[in-house]
Amino acid sequence: MSRYRKIFNRIFTSIFLVVLLSINNQSLAADGAALFKANCASCHKIDKDFTGPALKGWKDRVPAGDWIYKWIENPAAQNDPYATTLKAKWKPVVMTAFTNLKKDDVDAILKYVDDWAPETTTAPPGGEPATDNSLLFGILTLILALIAFILLQVNSNLRKLSDEKEGVLRTEPVPAYKNKTYLMAGILLLFAVGGYFTINGAIGMGRMQNYQPVQPIFYSHQVHAGTNQISCLYCHGGAQDSKQASIPSVNTCMNCHKSISKYEGPDKLVREDGTAVDGTAEIEKLYAYAGWNSATKTYNPDKNNDGNPDGAKPIEWVKIHNLPDHVYFNHSQHVKVGKQNCQTCHGNIQQMPEVYQFSNLSMGWCVNCHRDTKVDFYDKENKTGNKYYSIYEKFHKDLKSGKMDSVTVEKIGGTECQKCHY
Amino acid sequence: MSKKKYWQSFGELNQTQSFQESANKEFKEELLPLEDLDDKGILDAKTPRRDFLKYLGFSTAAAAVAASCEVPVRKAVPFLNKPQSVIPGIANYYASTYVNGGDTISVVVKQRDGRPIKIEGNELSTITNGGTTAQAQASVLDLYDNTRLRYPMQKDGKGFKEVTGFDAFDKMVEAAVAGKSFALLTATVNSPTTLAIIKEFIDKHSGSRHVQYDAVSYSGMLLANEACYGKKAIPSYHFDKAKVIVSLGADFLGTWLSPAEFNNQYSQNRKIKGEKPELSKHFQFESMISLTGSNADDRYTHKPSETGAVALALLAKLGGAVTAPSLADSKLTKGIETAAAALVASKGAALVVCGSNDANIQVIVNAINEAIGANGTTINWAITSNYKNGIDADMAKLVDDMNSGAVGAVLINGVNPAYSYSDSKKFKDALAKVVSVSFNGTMDETTELCKYILPSHHWLESWGDAEPKTGYFSLLQPTINPLFKTRAFQTSLIKWSAAAGSLVNDYETYFKTYWSAKLGSLDLWEKALQDGVVEPATMPVGGGAFSGAKVAEAAAAVAAAKGGAVEVVLYQKVSIGDGAQANNPWLQELPDPVSKVTWDNYAMMSPAMAKSLLGLDVMNQEGGKQSDYEVHPEKPVVKITVNGKSVELPVIVLPGMNAATIALAVGYGRESADKETTSANIGRSAVGAGKNVYPLVGFNGTNSYSSVATVEKTGAMYPLAQTQVHGFTESRPVIYETNLKSFTANPEAVLEKITEEKLAITANDSKDFVKDATIYPDFDKPGIKWGMSIDLNTCTGCSACVVACTAENNVSIVGKMQVQRAHEMHWLRIDRYFTFNSDNHEDVDVVFQPMLCQHCDNAPCENVCPVAATNHSTEGLNQMTYNRCIGTRYCANNCPYKVRRFNWLDYTGADSFPDNQNPMIGEYMDESVLQMNDDLTRMVLNPDVTVRSRGVIEKCSFCVQRLQETKLEAKKQQDPTMVRNVKTACMQACPTHAISFGNVNDKESDVYKIRNVDQKHRAFYVMEQLHVLPNVSYLAKVRNTDRHIGVEEEKGGEAKKEEKAHA
Repeated sequence: MSRYRKIFNRIFTSIFLVVLLSINNQSLAADGAALFKANCASCHKIDKDFTGPALKGWKDRVPAGDWIYKWIENPAAQNDPYATTLKAKWKPVVMTAFTNLKKDDVDAILKYVDDWAPETTTAPPGGEPATDNSLLFGILTLILALIAFILLQVNSNLRKLSDEKEGVLRTEPVPAYKNKTYLMAGILLLFAVGGYFTINGAIGMGRMQNYQPVQPIFYSHQVHAGTNQISCLYCHGGAQDSKQASIPSVNTCMNCHKSISKYEGPDKLVREDGTAVDGTAEIEKLYAYAGWNSATKTYNPDKNNDGNPDGAKPIEWVKIHNLPDHVYFNHSQHVKVGKQNCQTCHGNIQQMPEVYQFSNLSMGWCVNCHRDTKVDFYDKENKTGNKYYSIYEKFHKDLKSGKMDSVTVEKIGGTECQKCHY
Repeated sequence: MSKKKYWQSFGELNQTQSFQESANKEFKEELLPLEDLDDKGILDAKTPRRDFLKYLGFSTAAAAVAASCEVPVRKAVPFLNKPQSVIPGIANYYASTYVNGGDTISVVVKQRDGRPIKIEGNELSTITNGGTTAQAQASVLDLYDNTRLRYPMQKDGKGFKEVTGFDAFDKMVEAAVAGKSFALLTATVNSPTTLAIIKEFIDKHSGSRHVQYDAVSYSGMLLANEACYGKKAIPSYHFDKAKVIVSLGADFLGTWLSPAEFNNQYSQNRKIKGEKPELSKHFQFESMISLTGSNADDRYTHKPSETGAVALALLAKLGGAVTAPSLADSKLTKGIETAAAALVASKGAALVVCGSNDANIQVIVNAINEAIGANGTTINWAITSNYKNGIDADMAKLVDDMNSGAVGAVLINGVNPAYSYSDSKKFKDALAKVVSVSFNGTMDETTELCKYILPSHHWLESWGDAEPKTGYFSLLQPTINPLFKTRAFQTSLIKWSAAAGSLVNDYETYFKTYWSAKLGSLDLWEKALQDGVVEPATMPVGGGAFSGAKVAEAAAAVAAAKGGAVEVVLYQKVSIGDGAQANNPWLQELPDPVSKVTWDNYAMMSPAMAKSLLGLDVMNQEGGKQSDYEVHPEKPVVKITVNGKSVELPVIVLPGMNAATIALAVGYGRESADKETTSANIGRSAVGAGKNVYPLVGFNGTNSYSSVATVEKTGAMYPLAQTQVHGFTESRPVIYETNLKSFTANPEAVLEKITEEKLAITANDSKDFVKDATIYPDFDKPGIKWGMSIDLNTCTGCSACVVACTAENNVSIVGKMQVQRAHEMHWLRIDRYFTFNSDNHEDVDVVFQPMLCQHCDNAPCENVCPVAATNHSTEGLNQMTYNRCIGTRYCANNCPYKVRRFNWLDYTGADSFPDNQNPMIGEYMDESVLQMNDDLTRMVLNPDVTVRSRGVIEKCSFCVQRLQETKLEAKKQQDPTMVRNVKTACMQACPTHAISFGNVNDKESDVYKIRNVDQKHRAFYVMEQLHVLPNVSYLAKVRNTDRHIGVEEEKGGEAKKEEKAHA
């Protein structure tokens, strides 16, 4: 017995190690892409000029040696001839300094840029939509019901025939609409179906799934997050720090739109009702809010001395995702600690020209996810996972002894009232 | 059960019939706002069945209509240009300083989305060590006070009209005051920059002067110190270095000088540490029962007129060459002897403080402190305290000069003499004769008489500095842009005295220049601003040169003091203080720690006086004649006359009061000249709150806060909203107490009884009380298990925690009428228990016990909720889910601690329909409740805590929003030890650090160590024999006295014998 266990242990460990290593490899390979998306994608595209120059072919353009590292670390300080021409070309925008990027990081990004090849088709990153079997079941039920009805009819006709044959006299059957059994069954059915819809309707009051209001500016997530691959956190930085993901301030938009004043993207901008949208006109709307003069490429002067360019005003977006006041929801808990993708709750936002509420945001929806989702539990032996969870000693024991196979959010109290209501 | 009985009210003590009847009803239905419902059944009721059906139909239809209406479109408006330091949803903390008159506390302001919402103590300050007071905690609400003045104004007929623009105002005032001599009338100023600006202003306008005026004055001390030490200043006191403390009527834990500082110092020697613990010994001699007196180890009372005699007797016993007048009370004399002996025994580590404002008495106290070697040890002359500088005679002279025309213009900042000056009529007459400019923030009694008003910023909007002690600086920085068109007082002075073309013409620049020059660089200035405090590395300690020349003269004057049959003493409450924050509903609704009364002041008197004067037999001395005085809010009103001025106030009978003394609180009875405008000008919370007793202040060189009086009954009744008569413990013991000697001898004795009781109900001879004394299963707490520990030894009852809890958790204010009905909402209350300490049933000990939801692991409330709105978390929290609660109140009924609160009315305006509120106003709800509902005041709400609506239960959540925030941070940083940083609001506010909180599963946490290691012999749970398994533990109180307390009496014979032998 013990021998088998030993063998099993060995096999298990080796499988585990292989899995672990392969995960590691993957993460190294993905590094460059992730770093690029997080740091560069908001201003640079690989194959064409954007807020900044296209990165493809950088090696042939920039001076050899470690120029590129110096430039990325502090562009403003570089005054060599190439840097000067570069700055002159992209005036007034100067690239942000990335002091946080190490040499390895830069190498990974550059490798990603070099290896990059245009994709032929963009697959939806959210994965295949789940196939819905309910229609099939519905049809099946209907067919079965029809067959049952026919069989019943056949049965009753056969009985009638046999009765006639045997000469048994039977009273004329009560027509269906007068049959008390049928009536009762009908009433019960109505009651059940009606009750189901009433209760569901009542519970769903105030829920606004698929809510898609018209916004003051036609802002397409498809263009920004989809085609241009701008990291969600570039604009919604609050999602990793705060309870609110927060809508970016106008100055965040202007970081890029100081230089992008025309919409020339491949996506056609079309409203839900089918009307076409002029992207450039929408950018002009943004300029009006920002107090930016697109002709002179400067902000309006601040004559009224309120600290902002004259005519500038904040954008009044229509809030789509509304939680009741008695619910506490924290984005950073889910994004930073729970490592959830934005798409889990917001749907394939990178494919939405206009944003709508993807999930119904009901309590049942929250709780079900908390029941299924596993936490990044700390593995004491391999020192992986979130070290915070090292305090759950009982779970560590249970995991080790096999009493438990994984720790879900529910297990650490994720479905208790006062996690969200206080 | 313990023989020594702890009681909250006389009714409970004597188990009167009226008390029992009232205690039997959890919710007194006759007091509820449900007048139409009665017991007659629905058919006979005023609203019969048909009406009921009509209402049912209508409300269903209304709900359907309301619900099917379209969901409102909500906007999300981001910044135009987001400041880098702001992340929406994340709080920023800025160091600043709470200043109110001379009161100064270094604080940290929590600012959320641009709004200051909470005040915390600054832990970098070595003066307060992170402690706060109730007033400091509540001051954030004053920022959002709707009565704040919104723009500069000038008198226009009877009213005022706006002056547009500060420049226009400057020109107007300049023209009005041209050629006149100025007087600058301010509260105590301890800001170095402000003092410098004032000096420049005075120098520029020759013939002008600066008068500092304190509503409650300390000039007796200042003058005595000038006579004895040659300095018109108050030294620093070090209660932490004193082994023996004698206080002669100084309420240093409540209101005297700097309570946050003294609470912190005092608690250092009140903690039980180590095997052979040592405690300081605290004697209190006083006329009324004060907060400090309630904490004393031994306490003696005397008439206010005898204060000097007590001081003299003490000095004589310490070998002073004075003869003390004889004192009639032998117990008092004996007490003085004991205190003197203790002082001598701890020479060099002893301290005597005195609350009297009589310079002669303070001279005697100085002589006493010399005799016990306090000078240079517990009294530090190397750094003076700059909290109070006002000299009463200066103010009197100013009023005379204003009347005579010697002063032509008065600039008033931060004081309200028309209300608080003893001879306010004289002041008002004088004010009418001069050009007057007020910088006060609200239209108070003084400001409304001024000709020009230029409101100054609230301290949360201000730059500034303070020097509470010499060399110890505390800086102010604004945490919000000024809400209204206000201007810093200092800026006005700079503008009005600066030479033409001066570069510095506002206070901010002046302040920055001053401090960066003083500190050496802008960087250091920014660092100082970030820290909030600039302090010397080591505290200088030194004595003063004492001159005893005046002692004999003072002794003669003191000995000549005459008393009367009835005397009055005036005091400040920890909540309202001198009355500047009278429009703060948080403070008005804060129960006084000792009397437990809210919203009013009253005449406190002894049971003996109540019996002889009013025939109230609260002590039940005459058998059957039981008093129901406590059961009803209506209290008899008495008329008190002092020097021809009288005031009528309701009576509160308290044990521990001197038999001949009546105590009255100042700070109440704020009223505009035209009574009708009080609500609009001074505020809705101030309307009808008590009577002004400042007119009873006498003046004989210094203000006198006690005097001979006559008292008579009026026959009238007046309702008082008192809280402690609301919840009772059905005689179950909740307090454990012992004295130091017995504790050292046998630490386990104090909890012996309850330990036995617990074992007795544990099945199968098991020692595991948690698992084997119940039929309920024991649930796992796999990760965190939250627990709190409260040290009854260091809890002084100061009530800072109560206000902190109110501010942190959006606790509603319910108004006086609702408090009367026992509907107060405080999540945390401080229970005050009396217990007789002698056989004659006159003298009492007081114990304070903060009471909050105990988060029982086997909670009685959870089992009875029909909708599971309250249940338990795996972290040991008793959770309350408001949106699930249907308001059956079963849980409140079943809670042994009476900590669950029900929202009887829509106090917050949180319900969608305003009709829920309107019909209640007047008959059920005070106007003051609405004060918390306007948009300006709502800015103070904590956005992380739900605002509760009508019809739901609420209670302490252990500040779950803070627990969640800390856990989230620990998860983000992947560091479980960060959980140890968590602090509940009450814990953070506490100036004595009596409250500890943390994860009990973590063996390194404070709470675990307190319960299982350091204080294991003192840790008990209230009513733990019920097996509700609370998560709040208390530490038994240990008094440093020779009297026998608690446990010893239970043992009976042996202890008694010992007692006799000792006597």
